[in-house]
Amino acid sequence: MTFTTMLSTMSAGMWKTFLIFALTLIGSLPLGMVVALLKKSRFAIVRGIISVYISIMRGTPLMLQLVAWYFGPYFLFGWNIGNWRFPAIIVGFVLNYAAYFAEIYRGGIESIPVGQYEAAEVLGYTKFQTFMRIILPQVIKVIMPSITNEVITLVKDTSLAFTLAYQEVFSLAKQISASQTSFMPFLIAGVFYFVANYVVEVVMAKIEKSMDYYK
Amino acid sequence: MILEMKNIEKSFGGLEVLKDISFGVDSGEVVSIIGPSGSGKSTLLRCATFLETIDGGEITYMGEKAAWTDESGNAVYAGPHQMKKFRTYCGLVFQQFNLFPHYSILKNIIDAPMHVLGMSREQAEGEALNLLRKMGIADKASAYPYQLSGGQQQRVAIARAMAMKPEILFFDEPTSALDPELTGEVLKVIRQLAEEKMTMVVVTHEMPFAKAVSNRVIFMDGGVIVEQGDPRDVFDDPQEERTKQFLSVFER
Repeated sequence: MTFTTMLSTMSAGMWKTFLIFALTLIGSLPLGMVVALLKKSRFAIVRGIISVYISIMRGTPLMLQLVAWYFGPYFLFGWNIGNWRFPAIIVGFVLNYAAYFAEIYRGGIESIPVGQYEAAEVLGYTKFQTFMRIILPQVIKVIMPSITNEVITLVKDTSLAFTLAYQEVFSLAKQISASQTSFMPFLIAGVFYFVANYVVEVVMAKIEKSMDYYK
Repeated sequence: MILEMKNIEKSFGGLEVLKDISFGVDSGEVVSIIGPSGSGKSTLLRCATFLETIDGGEITYMGEKAAWTDESGNAVYAGPHQMKKFRTYCGLVFQQFNLFPHYSILKNIIDAPMHVLGMSREQAEGEALNLLRKMGIADKASAYPYQLSGGQQQRVAIARAMAMKPEILFFDEPTSALDPELTGEVLKVIRQLAEEKMTMVVVTHEMPFAKAVSNRVIFMDGGVIVEQGDPRDVFDDPQEERTKQFLSVFER
């Protein structure tokens, strides 16, 4: 197998890796905000459920969570869901990353001085306006470095989909390497992850810089 | 009468901060509230501007009751729609300015008039620029709060509060976070507003200012009003022992 064939075979996996990455972010970034706000709910039972959820998501391996989402429905309930592999991966990733993002959001929200809320309240802003216009923009600036960290981790974590035999870059690399007795596929995968994260770094740095106009 | 507060009571976790406070503010009046820290001055302002809820008593704005005590002795507030209106009656200038750091100076001032009062951008900007001119910082409209000195930031905060056209403006130690050389420019602006007959209540430690600008001085200590009256009477001829003691500290 030539280098070019290897590369073109693996490019299908690169697309699948990107799909996991993109769908996870699209799902978990907003869901994390919902979780963060529910954790400040005035109902103790809601706060309790959210705390348990976050503890489980952070306290068990993502790899185990993926396996649980994939095999759980059948082994626990006898459900046979067709084409469940990819949805299980996305559900596992989104719920796991939402928990981490929620904690980052919560830290950011709590870092905003109470005087900002009071100034908004006295000016007559509604609670929703206060959050959307005054608090959230400041939170986003504060949490950007932590979000960058998490996004970079996600690029690498996509390789965990290998556990469910999903043909993303890492799975393919392992298969091709075994069949061709070559180390080259791993090298290609490594370069792919590195370049992907370099792009993430550049993009995030741009976003951070765009918020540099105030302190 | 613009504001009337009757028999106001407020406790924080068993600690009585306001004990049966009653006072009123007439239109065009400038009232200074002085007293040692922990005397309840700031809490009183925060109750008047609805940042804190009272435990008992009555708050009346423009003849309409905003809060009162029901038969069972609990303080109740008017409905949300009413409260929205009461909030527009009063403005508050904080000790720490509390400007919105992510908004330019102009946006700090026009955002609430536009999104709370529903004013058009043109009108809001026109009025904001007028206010900034009055505050002597018209050239800072496009700057951001962090680029301004404390005195300039506080003047923006005053403009921001004024842009909502409040019936009454409260100041919570407006110069306490400022370097001494910057307090003058803020006091000058407040004095200017007083000359324009803006109704104001100022919690302050600036005794010469309180004496010169206010129509009435209230001396608070331990959650009660110890003495109040014409500033010349209170400052030059205090009747209560506690007032004399407090003022003597400032005479040195």
